[in-house]
Amino acid sequence: MNIDLSINTDLARKILAGFLKSEITRVGYSRAVINLSGGLDSAVSCALAVEAVGAENVLALRLPYKTSSPDSLEHAQWLVDQFKVRCETVEITDMVEPLFRLDPEMSKSRRGNVMARARMIVLYDRSEVFKALPIGTSNKTEILLGYTTMWGDMASALNPLGDLYKTQVRQLARALNIPQPIIDKPPSADLWAGQTDEGELGFTYDEVDKLLYLLVDKRYTVQDCIEAGFDKAFVDKVVGRVQRSQFKRMMPPVAKLSNRTVGYDFLYLRDWGT
Amino acid sequence: MQINLALAQIATKLGDVQCNLEKHLDFIKQAKAQKADLVVFPELSLTGYVLQDLVPTVAHKPVDDDPIFQPLLKASQNLDLVVGFVDEDPGHRFYISSAYLSGGRVLHVHHKIYLPTYGLFDEGRFFAHGDSIRAFDTRFGRVGLLICEDFWHASPPYLLWLDGADILIFSSASPGRGLNAHDKLESAWWVENVNQSYANLFSSFVVHSNRVGFEDGLNFWGGATAYDPNGERIAHGPYFEEALTMTTLDLNQLRRTRSRLPLMRDERAYLVQRELNRILSK
Repeated sequence: MNIDLSINTDLARKILAGFLKSEITRVGYSRAVINLSGGLDSAVSCALAVEAVGAENVLALRLPYKTSSPDSLEHAQWLVDQFKVRCETVEITDMVEPLFRLDPEMSKSRRGNVMARARMIVLYDRSEVFKALPIGTSNKTEILLGYTTMWGDMASALNPLGDLYKTQVRQLARALNIPQPIIDKPPSADLWAGQTDEGELGFTYDEVDKLLYLLVDKRYTVQDCIEAGFDKAFVDKVVGRVQRSQFKRMMPPVAKLSNRTVGYDFLYLRDWGT
Repeated sequence: MQINLALAQIATKLGDVQCNLEKHLDFIKQAKAQKADLVVFPELSLTGYVLQDLVPTVAHKPVDDDPIFQPLLKASQNLDLVVGFVDEDPGHRFYISSAYLSGGRVLHVHHKIYLPTYGLFDEGRFFAHGDSIRAFDTRFGRVGLLICEDFWHASPPYLLWLDGADILIFSSASPGRGLNAHDKLESAWWVENVNQSYANLFSSFVVHSNRVGFEDGLNFWGGATAYDPNGERIAHGPYFEEALTMTTLDLNQLRRTRSRLPLMRDERAYLVQRELNRILSK
C-alpha cells in the first residue's frame, strides 16, 4: 500500500509563518525565542520564525549540558550563522547538577526530564528579558506517541510543527535549506550519550508516521491497518502508546463543582478579543 | 446588465465588532473607489468565527438605530452590501446570519440552516439553526444567500434556484485543512469544486467570499471566487491574504447559457415534491 505523506512545502511555509506572525503580533509582541538544540525540529521552527518576524527578532538559545554532544552545539551554531538570528548560550549543568547530586540513583529518563525542564525554565526566563514568545518544536509524531517531557520540551506559547509528522518536518527542512547533516543525522533528544529516538522507541519514524497517518488522519481502525499490511504487534504497541499518553496532550482536568468551570463551560479561544 | 462585484476577503478581530466594522467601512470605501455595485463580506465578518461563549456579547440587530448597522446602512446608499453577523431573535436565540443591505434598507436576512457540529466544528452548541430558504429581489435581479455548510447540502441552492435566484451569494469562514502534495489545501479544493458545480448545474452565477487570518491554530484560506452560468471561473482572490477581488457579472450571460442548456426549463419540481413526499412518509 502506498501511503503518501508528502506535503506542499510552499503552502506549509506560508501557513506556518503566517500563523506565527499573526499569533505573535496580535498579543502585542514582535519577537520569538527558541531553544535551538542543533536538531531538525528546532531548526525548522527557527527558520519559520525568521520568515514570520525577521531574523533580528528571533533569539536562539543553545542550552548544553556537560555531556551534550559537541555536534549539537556546532549544528546550532551553523543555523545561527545561516539565519543570522541572535544567539545566547547558557549551560544548564550548574542548574541540574545539584538535583542530580541529591539522588545518585536517578535514572537516565529522570535526568533527561530534569534537563528538558531546566531548558524550559531558561526559555521562559529569556522570553521575558527579550520580550518574546517561546516557540515550540514538538512534532505530531512525538506528540501522539507521548515521546516528550511534559512542561519540558513540550512547553511553548505557540507550536508551528505540531500537525506535521517527523517525516514531513524533514521535507519542510529541505525546503528551508536546513544544512544536510542536520537533516540526515539520527534524531536524538541528546539527553545522554548515544541516545537516539528510534533506538528508544523501537521503530523508525518512516514506519510509525505511515501508521499514525492511517490511524489518526485517515481514521483507520486497528483491523484496517493490519489489512493495509502493518504487523499487528506494531499496531497494538503504537495504539497503546497513543492512548496511554493522552494525559500529556491535555491541560490538567479541573474538578467541576460550580455551574461554570474553566475547561468545561468557560469557552473562549486564546485569541479572545484580538 | 452588468454588476461590478467586489469580494472582500478580510481577517477579523475575534469578538471586537467595532474594530471589524471599521474594516468593513474601509473595504467599502476601496470598493466604491473601484466603482463596485455590490460588496460581499465573509461569514461572521463583523464578529470573527470561533466565538463560543462570546456569542451573546456580539449580537446585533440589523436595524437603523443599531450602532453597528447604522453606518453600514448608510454606506448601502451607494452600493449594495452583504455582511456577516450574529442575529438575536426576541426569544434570545442566536443565529449565524448574512444581511443584504441596499439603498439604506435591509432587503433580506438569512439565518444559517446547517450548523456543522462535528470534527473541528461546534456551531450547534452555540447557535440556533435557521429555518427558511428564500430568494429575494434586488436592483440586480433575484438573489439567494447561503452560509458555508448550507451549500454543502444540495437542497438549499436547489431551492434558491427554484425560487428564481440567478445569483447565489455564498459566504464562509472556512478553516484551512488537508495539506498534501498539491498546491492548494483540500478544503479550498472541495469548496471550489462545489461552487463550480452549482454554477454548472443551476446555470447561475455563484459567488463566494471566504475570510482570511488566524484564530488560535486555525487558518482561513480566502480564495474568493465567482463562477458564471457556464461554470467558468471569472474571479479568484489570493489565498491567505486580505484582498478586494473585483469582477463583472454580465447578467445577459444567463439568457445565453440557458438558451444552450435549458436545465431550468426542464426541471421537474413536482416530481421532486412527489417523490420527497413518498420518501418522507415512509
